[in-house]
Amino acid sequence: MSDPTQPASTQAAPTEPAGELAGLATTTPDPTGPADPHPGVAGEGSGGDKHGHYGIFGGQFVPEALNAALVQLENEFVAALRDDDFRAELSRLHRDYAGRPSPITPLPRLSEHAGRARLVAKREDLNHTGSHKINNVLGQALLTKRMGKTRVIAETGAGQHGVATATAAALLGLECRVYMGKVDTDRQALNVARMQLLGAEVIAVESGSATLKDAMNEAMRDWVSTVDTTHYLIGTVAGPHPFPLMVKEFQRIISTEARAQLLESHGQLPDAVAACVGGGSNAMGMFADFINDPEVELYGFEAEGDGIDTGRHAASITGGAVGVLHGMRTYVLADEDGQTIESHSISAGLDYPGVGPEHAFLAHTGRGHYEPVTDAEAMEAFGLITRLEGIMPAIESAHGIAGALRLGRRLAEEQPDREPLICICLSGRGDKDVPTALDWFGLTGVPNETVGGF
Amino acid sequence: MSDVRARNAGRSGQVYLRAKAEGRAALVGYLPVGYPDVPTSLDALRALCGDGDHPGVDLVEVGLPYSDPMMDGPVIQRAGTTALARGVRTRDVFAAVEAVASAGGTAVAMTYWALVDRYGVDAFARDFANAGGAGLITPDLTPDEAEEWFVASEEHDLDRIFLVAPSSTDERIIATTAACRGWVYATAVMGVTGARQQTSSAAPALVERLRRLAPDTLVGVGLGVSDGEQAREVGTFADGVIVGSALVKTLLAAEDAGNPADLAGLRSVVADLAAGVRS
Repeated sequence: MSDPTQPASTQAAPTEPAGELAGLATTTPDPTGPADPHPGVAGEGSGGDKHGHYGIFGGQFVPEALNAALVQLENEFVAALRDDDFRAELSRLHRDYAGRPSPITPLPRLSEHAGRARLVAKREDLNHTGSHKINNVLGQALLTKRMGKTRVIAETGAGQHGVATATAAALLGLECRVYMGKVDTDRQALNVARMQLLGAEVIAVESGSATLKDAMNEAMRDWVSTVDTTHYLIGTVAGPHPFPLMVKEFQRIISTEARAQLLESHGQLPDAVAACVGGGSNAMGMFADFINDPEVELYGFEAEGDGIDTGRHAASITGGAVGVLHGMRTYVLADEDGQTIESHSISAGLDYPGVGPEHAFLAHTGRGHYEPVTDAEAMEAFGLITRLEGIMPAIESAHGIAGALRLGRRLAEEQPDREPLICICLSGRGDKDVPTALDWFGLTGVPNETVGGF
Repeated sequence: MSDVRARNAGRSGQVYLRAKAEGRAALVGYLPVGYPDVPTSLDALRALCGDGDHPGVDLVEVGLPYSDPMMDGPVIQRAGTTALARGVRTRDVFAAVEAVASAGGTAVAMTYWALVDRYGVDAFARDFANAGGAGLITPDLTPDEAEEWFVASEEHDLDRIFLVAPSSTDERIIATTAACRGWVYATAVMGVTGARQQTSSAAPALVERLRRLAPDTLVGVGLGVSDGEQAREVGTFADGVIVGSALVKTLLAAEDAGNPADLAGLRSVVADLAAGVRS
């Protein structure tokens, strides 16, 4: 009998490949060398262990019934990253299907509002389906095929991840079901229709608060009973291990490309990278290849909604506390008993009461800086970049832009001699947000004038 | 061999052993604290225990309502969500296990880990043990993440009931049962809680594997049992028969009928189940 006071070491055999990965991860890439065009390896500089713990964060708080599937997923993921054919197929889809590499666009007119900072944007909004979400779904959909599974399920808030998942499922011939909170299906009917046109089934979830977190619960429930044939395609760097690690690796391409592009165009690494953080997948993709560059500051901007002190926000790191949610230990919005509190943000994609565990760890260690951005600040930035640069961002991404503007102004006061280069992850485009913007700015959609009538 | 079983049986396992001495399986009944409200839920939990003339359940499983109950089907979700809306708190579970003890029963709690984690693992174990609770069933805590719970459960003499599933590998079944104290919860179907028309064929197969891999471990089978006949059937191969949604349904029905404090439906299902494990 084993010592009952010790946790059973039940995963030694299945997670051995991850241990190998963690070993590889100690290799620090040459900061000036050419960037790896392929997804990299685990946990660089972030302290992720082989069970997916980042310090006290992460882990696997899931029913035993899912353990076998998580082990299978981890093993396939590790094997796939080492498989040249898999990497070549993913690279081909990135190039021929998603439209990668995405460009870096200088933002000179917007920069005039950012102190002495030089702002540039990594244009994930130009990807097929309109956001960074496609990077992750293509990787996981290929993994689904590799595991011999025929069905994917996903959760979605605004519908962006659901649309991306339905797209990849159509491309690869997978059955697809998307869970979406009833509150969200009501306010995002257009995206519901898009998913249905792509051949997916959309299920409205009425339980709990009927939003993203409840969609995630329902997807987990589906997965427990269908795990033999079904892969749960989580859309962000959250959930139980190996999801935070895997989604990071599939989003790493954002920073791998950006790093090489900036060295080429500017002859330097950025002084800071900036991204919005809900669950945190675009931010983790933007951070990944810079984590081991200590001269590059990492900024994540959380959704502050109406303001932290109003209690109506989605800033888990700034305004939450350590807890357990959706299979991970991380910062969560919860009451004093640990019951999850509903989050609030004008941006559905950031409206989540938790955050990926590696972000929690980066915040905890101080390697990453996390600041809140209110609805009002984000919408002001949305208006600015749209009029000054002709780029209409997703409201999610507008939080990153607002944060970068504030950072630039702050640096101009603190270090007036510098002209810092700040790269913003422009994670998605704003087409889906036009109705929200109409409301916010009080527009009517009525023409300025009518001519040519008789 | 039997020494090992006795040593690991804990207080909740002793309940199983007493039923075994009567030549039958133990009946384990689940109800959430706080539904339809806290006082009525305490009455319902006491009713589970039966009385002098009517045998009740052997072991009471008190559920702690949680905002994100990943493992629960619609019946338990509805009761839990309603209980939370009506203000149930984590600390109410202590009153619940006291109520069970006052009725002469033994109670364990079933709780998602977020609530224990927030309360503080040692503090929760201390207060739960002081209230007379015997142990915890942890649906989303496996031994892999249970370091604090091992320490606290030893310190406060509480049973650790982890889950195994049809998909568990042999290695995990061996390691998980070794980590249990009291008994192991075998989830008979791959899916969420909820009464089913037929019990799963996966259940006997899983219990057979448990007997082979962990012969000294007491096995409770849950997820899907809805009536006395199914309880009898599961009792032919398991040491304990766990019933949840079928009991909760009676309380939902009472509320829907406008008499939330009416426990007649509950007593009737308990009587049927108690007869089932004795037939």
